[in-house]
Amino acid sequence: MENLKLNVNVAGVHFKNPLIAASGTFGFGLEYKDYIDLNQLGGISVTGLTLEPRKGNPPPRIVETPSGILNSVGLQNPGVEYFIESVLPELKQYNTIIIANINGNSLDEYCHMASRLQQADIHMLELNLSCPNVKQGGVSFGTDPKMVYSITKAVKKHSYQPLVVKLTPNVTDITEIALAAQQGGADAISLVNTFLGMAIDVKTRRPVLGNITGGLSGPAIKPIALRMVWQVSKVVDIPIIGMGGIMTGQEVVEFLLAGATAVSVGTANLVSPNSMIEILNELKNYMVNNKIFDIHELIGGLIV
Amino acid sequence: MYRHSVEIIENKKIASNIYKMTIISNHVAQTANPGQFIHIKIPYDESLLLRRPISINGVNRDQNLVDIVYQVVGKGTKILSHLVTGEKLDILGPLGRGFWIPKGTKKIYIVGGGCGVAPIRFIGERWNHLDIISFLGFRGQSWAYQIDEFEKFSRKVFLSSDDGSIGFKGPIVSLLDKQLSIDKPDLIMACGPIPMIKALQKTLIKYDIPCQISLEERMGCGIGGCLVCTCAIGSKNNWNYKKVCTHGPVFWSEEVILDGEFETKC
Repeated sequence: MENLKLNVNVAGVHFKNPLIAASGTFGFGLEYKDYIDLNQLGGISVTGLTLEPRKGNPPPRIVETPSGILNSVGLQNPGVEYFIESVLPELKQYNTIIIANINGNSLDEYCHMASRLQQADIHMLELNLSCPNVKQGGVSFGTDPKMVYSITKAVKKHSYQPLVVKLTPNVTDITEIALAAQQGGADAISLVNTFLGMAIDVKTRRPVLGNITGGLSGPAIKPIALRMVWQVSKVVDIPIIGMGGIMTGQEVVEFLLAGATAVSVGTANLVSPNSMIEILNELKNYMVNNKIFDIHELIGGLIV
Repeated sequence: MYRHSVEIIENKKIASNIYKMTIISNHVAQTANPGQFIHIKIPYDESLLLRRPISINGVNRDQNLVDIVYQVVGKGTKILSHLVTGEKLDILGPLGRGFWIPKGTKKIYIVGGGCGVAPIRFIGERWNHLDIISFLGFRGQSWAYQIDEFEKFSRKVFLSSDDGSIGFKGPIVSLLDKQLSIDKPDLIMACGPIPMIKALQKTLIKYDIPCQISLEERMGCGIGGCLVCTCAIGSKNNWNYKKVCTHGPVFWSEEVILDGEFETKC
């Protein structure tokens, strides 16, 4: 099992395995350090950062739906400066790839954050154009191909690290958005963020979430996410980080076959803190059982 | 490892829709403090993704037993109620920052409403060397549980119910208010539904007595990673959303902001 080749290269960044903790489900990673060995993870995409500290949305912020979770956190975070000064030094003690996920209300904010993070010791920058839980920015930028192109192009000028653009699935044609990101200069694409949804309490006739709507994640969205990754992989030349409801090693394989070079695990982290380690072990077992010794044999290996 | 598999020793109905489960766990029994909770994965239904946070009702350190009390409110707790002796549960815990006794505390009042009575019992069991008066509020006689347990460690137990079928007819905080006007403790500790907590906060304005309250919120990971179980903590003009799972579930009553709108402007 130790001879398995699990390492992947995404836009020049070397991941020891293709498993990345998805932004917003894993805090800054350090919250999980007592539960798992962070050194075993391919990478960590830290909780969504904004230029200034942000309080987030009013509670309740989560509701369970069949095989899924709706959340409306709304990017609660202590701001990019705090992350760089107070979180990153401890996080950098671990041997894993650190991805900073950035969120802005305007083009200027995105560029400002990218410039600030240029000097920080992170490996990759993830441009989040897909948060469904904020009024300005987020998903409203990510649904317009022209906007995706221009923000990507502008941020690319300010970023030293490879730039990943995270896409929302709340669009008619995901390939159009993916191509816009690629044309704008994205080094990689990550998809999908959550699907906009809602839940209603019939006793009170009120929405369950304090923010009324939220983002749906978990196994409920996996088939759609997988389809979108596959569609995008056919039209772009840059690597894809696939995500959406991955709970098992077999599901990692599905995303790799569909064309993802690496994957992110999100909702599973809320179920159990050691989910990613279990998923990694399942992935290794799949490879051993199927006599696959290099993970690259799986990437884009879908037979149609 | 905080995540482990535990065996169910007993699972029985103790009041209307309320169940008590006893599990065996050396780790939880030996390390848990009152106010902490365990985070339970619901077995037999993979579509129920989230764990259920359930507060600890008491522990037996000699036999490594842990009691939890829960109300059946949905699919997950319904499945829990059907589990039998010998079955296993996947749990995380003990989690959260529980109640604590500041130095010099001699006399405490403990207040529980409905499901909130369960964690309050653990306070009395653990700190039974203190002078304790208990205030327990239930919907009615058929919803009441563990009153005899409270009598073991309390100097007095005050009871109330919504329908008057047990104890005083009316909110438990009214009884507390009356008692506070006669005699004051060093500390109050409380757990219960939001209307009870709000009434308690309002009553406490009149008295200068510190009060710890345990909050409930819809929860995700339980370990501070996902930021979904937040509550507004601070003062009206200077507050932040704190995590109920790791900053709490126990907070000082005066810091907990339950009224009004906290829509952010950023």
